[in-house]
Amino acid sequence: MEKATDLFSLKSLKLKTKQQELLLRISILGLVYILAFITRLFSVLRYESMIHEFDPYFNYRTTLYLTQKGFYDFWNWFDSESWYPLGRIIGGTLYPGLMVTAAFIYWTLRFLRFAVHIREVCVLTAPFFASNTTLVAYFFGKELWDSGAGLVAAALIAICPGYISRSVAGSYDNEGVAIFALLLTFYLFVKAVKTGSLAWSLASAFGYFYMVSAWGGYVFIINLIPLYVLVLLVVGRYSMRLYVAYNCMYILGMLLAMQIRFVGFQHVQSGEHMAAMGVFFLMQVFYFLDWLKHLLNDQKLFQAFLRITLTCAISVGAIALGVGTASGYISPWTGRFYSLLDPTYAKDHIPIIASVSEHQPTAWSSFMFDFHILLILFPAGLYFCFKRLSDATIFIVMYGLTSMYFAGVMVRLILVATPAVCLISAIAVSATIKNLSQLVRTKAKPTQGGSGKGTTSTKASSKGALDRSLPYQRNGAIALLVGAFYLLTRYAIHCTWVTSEAYSSPSIVLAARGAHGNRVIFDDYREAYYWLRQNTPQDAKVMSWWDYGYQITAMGNRTVIVDNNTWNNTHIATVGRAMSSYEDEAYEIMRSLDVDYVLVVFGGVTGYSSDDINKFLWMVRIGGGVFPVIKEPDYLVNGEYRVDKGAAPKMLNCLMYKLSYYRFGELTTEYGQPPGYDRARGVEIGNKDIKLEYLEEAFTTSNWIVRIYKVKPPKNRW
Amino acid sequence: MSRPLLSLLTFLFLSIICNAFSPENPTDRKVLVLLDDLSVKSSHSLYFQSLQSRGYDLDFKLADDPRVALQRYGQYLYDALILFSPTIESLGGSLNAAAILDFVDSGHDLILAADASASDLIREIATECGVDFDEDQAAMVIDHTSFAVSDTEGDHTLIAGDNFIQSDVILGKEKIKAPVLFKGIGHSVNPANSLVLKVLSASPAAYSANPKSKLSTPPTLTGSAIGLVSVVQARNNARILISGSLSMFSNRFFRSGVQKAGSTINHGRSGNEQFVTEISKWVFHERGHLKAVNVRHHKVGEADEPSIYRINDELEYSLEIYEWSGTSWEPYVADDVQVQFYMMSPYVLKTMSTDQKGIYYTSFKVPDVYGVFQFKVEYKKLGVTSLSLAKQIPVRPFRHNEYERFITAAFPYYGASFSMMGGFFIFSLVYLYHK
Repeated sequence: MEKATDLFSLKSLKLKTKQQELLLRISILGLVYILAFITRLFSVLRYESMIHEFDPYFNYRTTLYLTQKGFYDFWNWFDSESWYPLGRIIGGTLYPGLMVTAAFIYWTLRFLRFAVHIREVCVLTAPFFASNTTLVAYFFGKELWDSGAGLVAAALIAICPGYISRSVAGSYDNEGVAIFALLLTFYLFVKAVKTGSLAWSLASAFGYFYMVSAWGGYVFIINLIPLYVLVLLVVGRYSMRLYVAYNCMYILGMLLAMQIRFVGFQHVQSGEHMAAMGVFFLMQVFYFLDWLKHLLNDQKLFQAFLRITLTCAISVGAIALGVGTASGYISPWTGRFYSLLDPTYAKDHIPIIASVSEHQPTAWSSFMFDFHILLILFPAGLYFCFKRLSDATIFIVMYGLTSMYFAGVMVRLILVATPAVCLISAIAVSATIKNLSQLVRTKAKPTQGGSGKGTTSTKASSKGALDRSLPYQRNGAIALLVGAFYLLTRYAIHCTWVTSEAYSSPSIVLAARGAHGNRVIFDDYREAYYWLRQNTPQDAKVMSWWDYGYQITAMGNRTVIVDNNTWNNTHIATVGRAMSSYEDEAYEIMRSLDVDYVLVVFGGVTGYSSDDINKFLWMVRIGGGVFPVIKEPDYLVNGEYRVDKGAAPKMLNCLMYKLSYYRFGELTTEYGQPPGYDRARGVEIGNKDIKLEYLEEAFTTSNWIVRIYKVKPPKNRW
Repeated sequence: MSRPLLSLLTFLFLSIICNAFSPENPTDRKVLVLLDDLSVKSSHSLYFQSLQSRGYDLDFKLADDPRVALQRYGQYLYDALILFSPTIESLGGSLNAAAILDFVDSGHDLILAADASASDLIREIATECGVDFDEDQAAMVIDHTSFAVSDTEGDHTLIAGDNFIQSDVILGKEKIKAPVLFKGIGHSVNPANSLVLKVLSASPAAYSANPKSKLSTPPTLTGSAIGLVSVVQARNNARILISGSLSMFSNRFFRSGVQKAGSTINHGRSGNEQFVTEISKWVFHERGHLKAVNVRHHKVGEADEPSIYRINDELEYSLEIYEWSGTSWEPYVADDVQVQFYMMSPYVLKTMSTDQKGIYYTSFKVPDVYGVFQFKVEYKKLGVTSLSLAKQIPVRPFRHNEYERFITAAFPYYGASFSMMGGFFIFSLVYLYHK
């Protein structure tokens, strides 16, 4: 439908109210669609069209491979450039959804004769899918409440920082498409439950398949939906619709999910997926009992039979689960899953999970930061949902509550909670504003109130009409409306500000304010990676902490020892051990791994705080977890981590310290401070006279952020 | 320009190029000899003549000659260096210890002879090569049991050494019959250095002390721990000979007879000439210099080298090893060359067969482990050039379509699916049309 002609016809032709409303809805949706896309383009405008952060570089590299070599080569790709010398089967250890999606968009555009580069497609995939998410949110909101709520939901989710944080242009990560898939699956499932239609259920199974192919977060779906079904069963809302929807979705979804190599048979073999299977069998038992009840017509007999069947079913299930777990057929829960249920688990047992900043428990401030007024509207929305309970609202309430819990456990899961929070808040906003505006309208123009009612919704408006008019009701309503609009405006301003300031930095290019308020760009990462690409032998192996692995392989095109796919803890621990050993011990380790270059990230000159020295304790912990010779207290003084004169002797002489601070003692970083003043830590370093015996400095970037050292060959005469 | 002159020039250039040391022609050609004073040239003429007769171009210079230089415009002018200047404190020109060590580290050979009262410079070079001469400046090796019998009673510093290293490669096939006369200082080899070898050690009764003074404290160097002559084969295959005695190379020692104390056999001629000549042959790469070429690997039944192997592939690996005979490359024959298929540890370790013509080959099955492997040949044998070859090759798992299809074990599952399909079809028919 052409918008321009519609606008034109709006003036010339008198449209019917219904048509007017449709037109309005479509235009709003269209605008929201565009808004969701353009608000994510800050980073492209401010920097350039580039891939951000760490994981996206791997995704980009694999997408590139996919478009160059085709699907089957991608599927069977054995990557010998990462995890040297173990290698990594890329095809079997990733969720291919994102890459296939981007490649598909790329091929489509190519077919349509748009000569785009794959990088542009990758950069814009996440915003594109964010736009699509707003459409799904609209339909979901419409399903839950009414089309007004749908529109508000679409608008809220379009700019919600919690979602933007993972879907700005350049943030080419699984979550970018996964949130779309997640919401789509939920929407289709709710639709299936509402209609009891096989078609919707099938669609939901395909949505689930897409989600499984895109992100490990699909586990949330496969646990939330059974939980929802269970709750419906318990509260007595069991229906044939539910039976059809769940069974079809579960069976087909499971079969489809098995086609993803990385997931494989987990649906029948892993503890995390057992809840879904249990509920599936429970449904059959329920159906069977229902049928029997219908057949028997004898309450007593049925009760007895019920008892027997239930005990049998539960004991058979328990035995099966017990035997499966004991024999190892059903794998136990993974560490990540445990850490969701018990937030302290990772901290005590799996340092590699705890070391990732996005796995930390969420601070209150980040809830406020990411949700803003939605945090207040969320409970209000829950109230409205409870007031008008249906299968759909029960679902969204459960989704909201569970995801809020997970968001509290892990920072990154705010993302999963965002759609639920937006939808529930949208219900609150929409319901409130509708009530208020009805109040305003009925008082002002009683004749037009009827049409207003007709346009919005026939169901909900009856309540507003019933309300007794109170004193100052209209004024109060107007005041509240103004307040609501004020709040929503603040929300929009906040979201834009957050997007612009916090979430649009590529993190591979750093920006800071100079002394005169001008923007200073530190492009050291790329400088270093391109140096590697152009100045080192093709088969050189680079050792660095795993954070930089993906970037080195993608941008530097060199083999790395460990990377962000932290699948082998021992290998990472070996690197951690090398970094925290003395130089001669580290040399032995590096020789055994055929390391040619060592790359460290150092922020002492620029004041960049997320550098390797600040991450160093995690290297010690992870290294010490496998090699007990590395002990954390050796690097601390009275439990304090310091790099100045009072630092622990082992700290002052370990490889990481030496590589970070080599020649740093000669450098004056800040006026009025002694040479060797570390701006990231704000101290003067403790070991200024660093001599390297087994390594030599190969390259240091212009702001010293990345330092590359060459491992010397063994001495000639010794 | 006249054509004959041009061709003559070309010929000259070619001959110069052909004569220089190169990986293809590893024997040294141009040798710089640095002397304390030029009398050594005549007093050690037999040794120099033996070198010249084998085709070496010796360039004699005084060690403190200001024009002496090892390299010009970044190119080394010589292939080897003989340092017969034990007392020199500082070398002429821009030469110093570091320059000489750089010379060695860039693949050139060195013969270094110290003597009693060896200078700090000589000691420093030796120390850098893992040989520590006795700290005491006046000390000499004294042996009261296996000294060389002479007319005068003497102080037993002229030693008849016959404690040789057991290596045909270093000392030649022919056994050295007569003891070697040695008069000079002893050294110990640094235990941290795995590349240095004592070629001639002192007898268990020897010690290192000042022969002119009374022994007040126990000597630091005693017994067969004392090295008299040592060699180093550096990792880049540069060879170094370090001797504690310059007179060992002299005409006088070459010619004199020797009778070891306590022995009745009087050898008419000492073993010095044979010993020194043979070891010089080794140092100048006339013996024991190997090269490995044509490393090949491929799947059984194929000829081309793949860029990646699959697990459980059968493969063939071969390489050729040749030994330099001084004039040409001859096939190297041994039965102990092994290849490893290595990823952090050797997964396969096989001794290779040889066809006696220099080709070594073997075949094995790639282990059932994927990763980045290396074909590694680590051939380290006493005296022989160490061969250390590593060739990286990734090993991938099966592709999705390389697994076996329609295995018998799966027939029940096929049966189940097809019976299920049939059943469902019949059920649908009955349900829909049979009311």
